[in-house]
Amino acid sequence: MNKLINLTLDGKKVQAEEGKNLIDVAKDNGIEIPTLCYYKKSKPLATCRICTVNINGRNTTGCTVKVEEGIDVKINTPELFENRKAIIEMLYAEGNHFCPSCEKSGNCDMQNLGYKMAITNTRYPHVFRNKKVDFTPHRMIMESNRCILCKRCVEEIKTKDGKSVFSFVKRGINTRVQIDYKEERKLTEDEAIRAMSICPVGAILVKGISDGKPFGERKYDFLNQNVHTSLKNKKIELEDGEKFIVATTSLAGCFGCHMSLLDIDTDLIDMLEIVEFNKSPLTDIKKFSKQCHVGLIEGGCANDENVHVLREFRRKCDILISFGECAIMGGIPAMRNFVPLQECLEEAYLNGPTSELGADIIPAHEDIPKLLDNVYPCNEVVKIDYYIPGCPPNAQHIWKVVKSILLGEEIPIAHEEFKYD
Amino acid sequence: MIMLTNNKVDRSQLMPVLWEIQRKKRHIGHDDITKIAKEFNLSRMEVEGVVTFYHFFHRKDCGKYTIYLNNSIISKHAGMDDIQVAFEKEIGVPMGHVSYDKMFGLYETACIGLSDQEPACLINFKPFTNLTPEKVKNIIFRLKNGEKPIDFYDKPKTNIRYTPTKERTVFFKPYKNFSSLDYIRKHKPEALIDLVKESHLAGRGGAFFPTGLKWQFARQNKSDVKYIICNADEGEPGTFKDRVLMQEHPELMIEGMILAAYAVGATKGAIYLRAEYRYLKDDIEKVLTNYRKHNLLGDNIAALEPFDFDIYIHLGGGAYICGEETALINSMEGYRGEAGTKEYFPVEKGFKGKPTVVNNVETLCAVPRIIEMGVEKWLELGTEKTPGTKIFSVSGDCEKPGIYEIEWGMKVRELLSLIGAKDPYYILFNGYAGNCLATIDFDRELSGEGILSAAVNIDPQNKLEYKQKMVGIGVKSGGSFMVFNRNKEILKIIKNVCNFFVEESCGVCVPCRTGNFLLNKKLDKIIAEKANKNDLIEIREWSHVIQSNSRCGLGIMSSNALINTMDKFPTIFENRVAANNGVDKSFNLDEATAKYDEILDNIETDYE
Repeated sequence: MNKLINLTLDGKKVQAEEGKNLIDVAKDNGIEIPTLCYYKKSKPLATCRICTVNINGRNTTGCTVKVEEGIDVKINTPELFENRKAIIEMLYAEGNHFCPSCEKSGNCDMQNLGYKMAITNTRYPHVFRNKKVDFTPHRMIMESNRCILCKRCVEEIKTKDGKSVFSFVKRGINTRVQIDYKEERKLTEDEAIRAMSICPVGAILVKGISDGKPFGERKYDFLNQNVHTSLKNKKIELEDGEKFIVATTSLAGCFGCHMSLLDIDTDLIDMLEIVEFNKSPLTDIKKFSKQCHVGLIEGGCANDENVHVLREFRRKCDILISFGECAIMGGIPAMRNFVPLQECLEEAYLNGPTSELGADIIPAHEDIPKLLDNVYPCNEVVKIDYYIPGCPPNAQHIWKVVKSILLGEEIPIAHEEFKYD
Repeated sequence: MIMLTNNKVDRSQLMPVLWEIQRKKRHIGHDDITKIAKEFNLSRMEVEGVVTFYHFFHRKDCGKYTIYLNNSIISKHAGMDDIQVAFEKEIGVPMGHVSYDKMFGLYETACIGLSDQEPACLINFKPFTNLTPEKVKNIIFRLKNGEKPIDFYDKPKTNIRYTPTKERTVFFKPYKNFSSLDYIRKHKPEALIDLVKESHLAGRGGAFFPTGLKWQFARQNKSDVKYIICNADEGEPGTFKDRVLMQEHPELMIEGMILAAYAVGATKGAIYLRAEYRYLKDDIEKVLTNYRKHNLLGDNIAALEPFDFDIYIHLGGGAYICGEETALINSMEGYRGEAGTKEYFPVEKGFKGKPTVVNNVETLCAVPRIIEMGVEKWLELGTEKTPGTKIFSVSGDCEKPGIYEIEWGMKVRELLSLIGAKDPYYILFNGYAGNCLATIDFDRELSGEGILSAAVNIDPQNKLEYKQKMVGIGVKSGGSFMVFNRNKEILKIIKNVCNFFVEESCGVCVPCRTGNFLLNKKLDKIIAEKANKNDLIEIREWSHVIQSNSRCGLGIMSSNALINTMDKFPTIFENRVAANNGVDKSFNLDEATAKYDEILDNIETDYE
């Protein structure tokens, strides 16, 4: 055993073995330094940058630090926390992290960090680059749109004769992990499953294997902690007898979020005590009759009508909330962002298996909304004030956020209510 | 072809092998990669990863004559667009393509170290400078007629425009070969380290780490093998001083390496020469041979403590990041040139895990000169904290672009008058990774005196305070000095800088990889006048995320120029920004539906 040295972790004086990895030292002392790439103790990768801490005034990744006498480590300062959040949001914007459709959802390290940091949306515009989804390997699938390039698989998964199965190819924004087909065949089933399990996201999948656990029993479903929505608006003042006016709409969405809204069950009665619905599919009121306090938007913008409706909502509602993944990041409809619009239309109307031979008509009329070149998240079209993630968002989550905003008091949301899937 | 050590293939031979194939076959094909992978006992994809990392390795045929046209802003201002059109016309295919007869390939590349003679290109790594459309026509004509680039390329001019008086010049004056090496016959290595420490010499690549200290650390780390690497991967746009040093005084660089080897106890040396300077390789080899002949390289070099040391040249593959020392070491080891994890300093665990000193060409060239002139004389030059002289690579809007060796302490204004700057308005100082200088900075001093800590931030809009407190301009300079006059559009210059970093990020960490990509998009938004005030705030916030979380200097410095320009020329940005009235200007409904209208039009059109 190495000699003991003294160091400070977030102001707390502790002792540790000299030369021990900082992440481990912090863990021993009950402080978690979040990371997505630190895996094997012998070789830190320093790729994800999330474990960035401040040592004696300098920022550095925690995983590359071996503790020394007298170092003063700051881990959870507001600035460092904000940095970490920013990096995770950048990872979300960079890839196509659509939790509802991901096999790893519920067991995903990145998703878990997102929950812990109460990330509801990313501050960056989604990049929507069509990266390769590689089904060719014998046993595995590599979904590069989900890959965060942490390098764990590159460093950890080798064949028995020491060759790499996963490698980085290309560089810069085009960097991705590529599987070597020949070497991949040499892996045993267990080794392949290990590759899938060390992947902190859902980029590496093994064909025919799914975690198979239902909601509620997955790794990160229950963590016994609350998530706080930080309020950005002032308390809404009402005159006597007046109710809060709320409007809702579904743009390019499936109405699932509205269904979830109805799932608040008996709370609906409480809701109707204080809320009056204006334009909404729930009331079937088609037109705004007055200015509203809050507008709830489901779905992103796929056509020009969506844009008009969304802009009208922005004008008529003081506070606008995107609820559900489609409104926040485009969701399922945004999957067409990887396919040219022409191809989408041709597949639907001309060349698809259900179209007639020689079909040459794409329905077009002034009453049919025009499709946009891409599906846009709502916040890329108008300013959005709050986000409620989920597919659909949990009923209690929706209601608690709306209630917080209306009443001007923060209501904590339980971890199991805060979901991306 | 492949060197074997202990019957195991040495992976550091991978790059030379790839170069050999690239040169002969004009691309590295699928079967080549399979063979290489087998030879080196690697998986195919790992080799593929290395090949696709470097700009100059091609997976598809890049033409018998591969033309790389510099796309830096200096080249653009010098008329790169016309040259590109001329090339495209002559070879019949657009940029990025290979002509139908596979004779010519035309590609863009980052700065090729010829900023004082732009527009310039490399054809099979032979330089052609001061291009005009007529000259392009002539070049292609001659190549088509069977002449080779080696027969008629332009040997780059050295353009040494200014040196101090003879006694006060350090670099560019005649040198008697081998003379500094007398020193090691009389002195111990420790004495040499003390001498370098006394001289305050610091890393001239731009990081300015004290050289003597670096050598001392390397000496203290005990190991059977130690390495001296000369960093001649001069990739910072606008810098070409190392090229000129290697053209004029390769012997200084080599003697610097020998001295460094003696000081730290190294037995092997390498010059990491950027591929863009491949035309210098043969000349440097000749000098190396000469030193070997005189027994100043090789076994048992005469010294107070005789030692073994030899130098080889490692050719880069076209990646700016490889100028960063840990990336450079990865590249030399035959890996992708990604920046290292910074768990160890190279002087602890560097090339092949052994203590390694990586020094810039200019730093190494300074050592023999300090010995020659004596450290007292050297300390008389320049300023107290930054003694000696510094070489600046000057380009842009000035009468005399080229190399300026000046004593530290010169005012920016003096340098501007020396170079004959015409109406200087905006200066990119220290290349794309550096910062920008405006009129307010012209009375500052080019030295390391009076530097405030990085944490102190004085708003340039507060002119009085700024002028009083910002005295020295900082030593963190590789010496690139790009001058632009009032007619040049600053946003275009900055856009070129941002494009460069998106292209050159190694991709290993997300702040740099995607952060720069997103910043670039933001800049597009500003240029297109679709941004609002919030976008300007976000640029600063995002840039802060990139700077405080990136793995290496590339990411940390990448947004310097942008932020600095926003500080010093705020109106340029504000003029392009619209008021935010809740509607995001960047989304334009007509633009978003244009594609749909076009598709429907096409489908309804009857072509008969």
